[in-house]
Amino acid sequence: MNRFAALFTALDQTTKTSVKTAALAAYFRDAPDDDKLWTIALLSGRRPRRTVTTTKLREWAAEVAGIPLWLFEECYPVVGDLSETIALVLPPATRQSAHSLSHWITSLRALDKAEDAEKKAAILSAWDQLPPTERFVFNKLITGGWRMGVSQKLMTRALSQATGIDEPDLTHRLMGDWSPETTSFHTLVERPDPDASLSRPYPFYLAYQIDGAPEDLGPVTDWLAERKWDGIRGQFILREGQHFLWSRGEDLMTDRFPELAQLADFLPDGTVLDAEVLAFANEKPLSFARLQPRIGRKTVPKKLLAEAPVILMAYDLLEWEGTDIRARPLSERRALLEGLIAGLPGRVPLRLSEAVPASSWPDLTAARAASREIGAEGLMLKRLSAPYLAGRKKGDWWKWKVDPLTIDAVMIYAQAGSGRRATLYTDFTFAVWKGETLVPFAKAYSGLTDAEFREITNWVRKNTKERFGPVRSVAPEHVFEIAFEGIQASPRHKSGVALRFPRMLRWRRDKPAKEANTFEDLQQMLAQYG
Amino acid sequence: MVLQFTDRGIYCPAGDFHIDPWKPVPRALITHGHADHARPGHGAYLATRTAAPVIRHRLGDIPLDTITYGEARRIGDAQVSFHPAGHVPGSAQIRVEIGGEIWVASGDYKTVDDGLSEPFEPVRCHAFITESTFGLPIYNWPDQAVLAADINGWWAENAAAGRTSVLGVYSLGKAQRVLRLLDPSLGPILTHGAVEATNRVIRGQGLALPDTIQVTPDLDAKAHSGAMVLAPPSALGSAWMRRFGAVSTGFASGWMRLRGVRRRRAADRGFVISDHADWDGLNSAIRATGADRIFVTHGYTAQFSRWLTTQGYDAGIVETDYGGETLDEVTEDDPA
Ligand SMILES: [Zn+2]
Ligand SMILES: [Zn+2]
Repeated sequence: MNRFAALFTALDQTTKTSVKTAALAAYFRDAPDDDKLWTIALLSGRRPRRTVTTTKLREWAAEVAGIPLWLFEECYPVVGDLSETIALVLPPATRQSAHSLSHWITSLRALDKAEDAEKKAAILSAWDQLPPTERFVFNKLITGGWRMGVSQKLMTRALSQATGIDEPDLTHRLMGDWSPETTSFHTLVERPDPDASLSRPYPFYLAYQIDGAPEDLGPVTDWLAERKWDGIRGQFILREGQHFLWSRGEDLMTDRFPELAQLADFLPDGTVLDAEVLAFANEKPLSFARLQPRIGRKTVPKKLLAEAPVILMAYDLLEWEGTDIRARPLSERRALLEGLIAGLPGRVPLRLSEAVPASSWPDLTAARAASREIGAEGLMLKRLSAPYLAGRKKGDWWKWKVDPLTIDAVMIYAQAGSGRRATLYTDFTFAVWKGETLVPFAKAYSGLTDAEFREITNWVRKNTKERFGPVRSVAPEHVFEIAFEGIQASPRHKSGVALRFPRMLRWRRDKPAKEANTFEDLQQMLAQYG
Repeated sequence: MVLQFTDRGIYCPAGDFHIDPWKPVPRALITHGHADHARPGHGAYLATRTAAPVIRHRLGDIPLDTITYGEARRIGDAQVSFHPAGHVPGSAQIRVEIGGEIWVASGDYKTVDDGLSEPFEPVRCHAFITESTFGLPIYNWPDQAVLAADINGWWAENAAAGRTSVLGVYSLGKAQRVLRLLDPSLGPILTHGAVEATNRVIRGQGLALPDTIQVTPDLDAKAHSGAMVLAPPSALGSAWMRRFGAVSTGFASGWMRLRGVRRRRAADRGFVISDHADWDGLNSAIRATGADRIFVTHGYTAQFSRWLTTQGYDAGIVETDYGGETLDEVTEDDPA
């Protein structure tokens, strides 16, 4: 694992994309095939099945380190990462080993059915023969969810440099439902098997938030404006009678939305749609909160199916009659898409994301302002002459989101951040006035500059009233403007509301605490937008 | 109580003096020259002979009396002596004895011999006041030899690639310690003015440091390609650095033990060097005092005192204004 740990260190020590790409490409040129395959898997979010629980890892690490479990647990938030915490508290290794990355992954997989005692012996033995970085990497292999600061795009570019295969082609080959346990580097990358591609999605095209005035984009007639729906972006694939639904994060979601199975009866084979999965009733989208309970579950109980029925709101057509049409202009793809959907009976859970009519930019500005009322997050602007590109690209697609909702709130609790922000107070709880008392309603930890975080950290240290474990209550003096994307009733919260994506927009140094917003203001927002 | 904890600092009623007070007092005993321990405005100062030059350099013309390590001195009804703390040159633990009861205020300390500071000496006592800057078991320092190899390896690699190495170090203590670890055969060593000013003081008291060249406005930095530059952390990424052309930046601190902190510093490399005791150092130092009562000052006070309690000590937390090894306010007067 030496080679892989060295790769990790090289990637970790730089923020320069070019240096990262070069390190990764060098690795792809000379690592063994099995290691390369696993590296691609790890960097695309595919992790080996977890065979040891984190609870056990914590216990064993504390035991080996000779510290009580509570002390280990105190270290964890300071470090911000379980694998690293374990690597740091363990005593130095007493042996050395030269096993490869895939060796260690294989040995971890072999523990699947083992008794706890056997697992413990294997993990302790591994810890005792790995130097610090490899130990950290090994723990990461167990706990998973680790991309080493490398985007899929960067990884694909490095692999392309090492293999000489085109980047877009590689991107497509690496998508879909594969696992290093069922394929090889050769099959996946060098000579992809055509049968395996049945479920393979196309890379999603992602938009940037518009950064200037929309007028700068040229004539409004060059653009298609659509609503930006607040659901789950998905890609629906129908090939050889089978259908698949992929999320943007490359999760296969087919079984979570069984009502979409009937689309196979109404669409021709060889169809791939770019769409939004939306909770939808009476020809109106329901809020994202209604969709939420359906995201986490693999199978859907009948009751939930009735409470939160979904449809597919189609944006784009990527494959038509079995042919990849992504290179054709949007205007042509839209025409074909409209043809597919026109005339379908209303009970079919598929709608066209209608174009927002406009003859001028002010028309669209007005339409955008009305987004929240119809349950949309804003507008999408897409150039009618543009192909469907892969990944996040500037130029042809823009998000034009509505401005967030905002409220001025008083900071009442502070907590130190984790990982890279462990020495700063960055996680705050905010409250609004209800008469003379402050009702907490939101937590936020982003939106301030590093300098502001340092300043507020010094203030928190000097103005702590009480400590509750890692949390400090502070004098209610500072007002922050909190921005958020949505508001929902929530019986689980003291305030009765839950906010979507709350963050600090501004430190309102000009406002005394008394002038912060009130609980009534919050209730009014809930009534209007909830 | 031999020593009391007040809002001005640690106070000895029997001798009517304070130790490292943070507000002006008539008489202050100072453990070492870092800004959070040696503050301006006191009526009279007492510090070790080797700490004095730096304290004078930083505080100017103050009424400062000096004492040698181990020398017994009577102040009021208290018997006082200073003992090496191993933190920076001249740093001391202050031992106070009244009627046979012995307390030790350790200021900042480390147990590893850095080859420059007078090495830490455990002092038997009944009550011990300890810092806990790195009082969690995740903080353990690598060997000096490993560190030296790491830093010199980085320097050599940069020099070979035509880059200047710029290492952020606090000017008192860390800078001189790093200087002693560097291999001068790899190239010239340049220093920022703030670092060089402290170097002069340290050299002036007879401690040997490798040759350095101070960076001045008329120095042709490009003529010293492949150099190692020692600068205060605040200079990293500043306009001051532009003169060096292609650089690789490093930062030396105990906090570099944490990957998250290394990444936030946005330096190319982090080196784990601290002038504070690591977890094992704190525990072994406390054990060696034989004390039953432990007062924990700056750092991970809550966790460390709870840990000491489980180890059988009568441990408590004391709130002070000491800064420990800070990472965020990187002004020149920062304690390290
Ligand atoms: Zn100090
Ligand atoms: Zn200090």
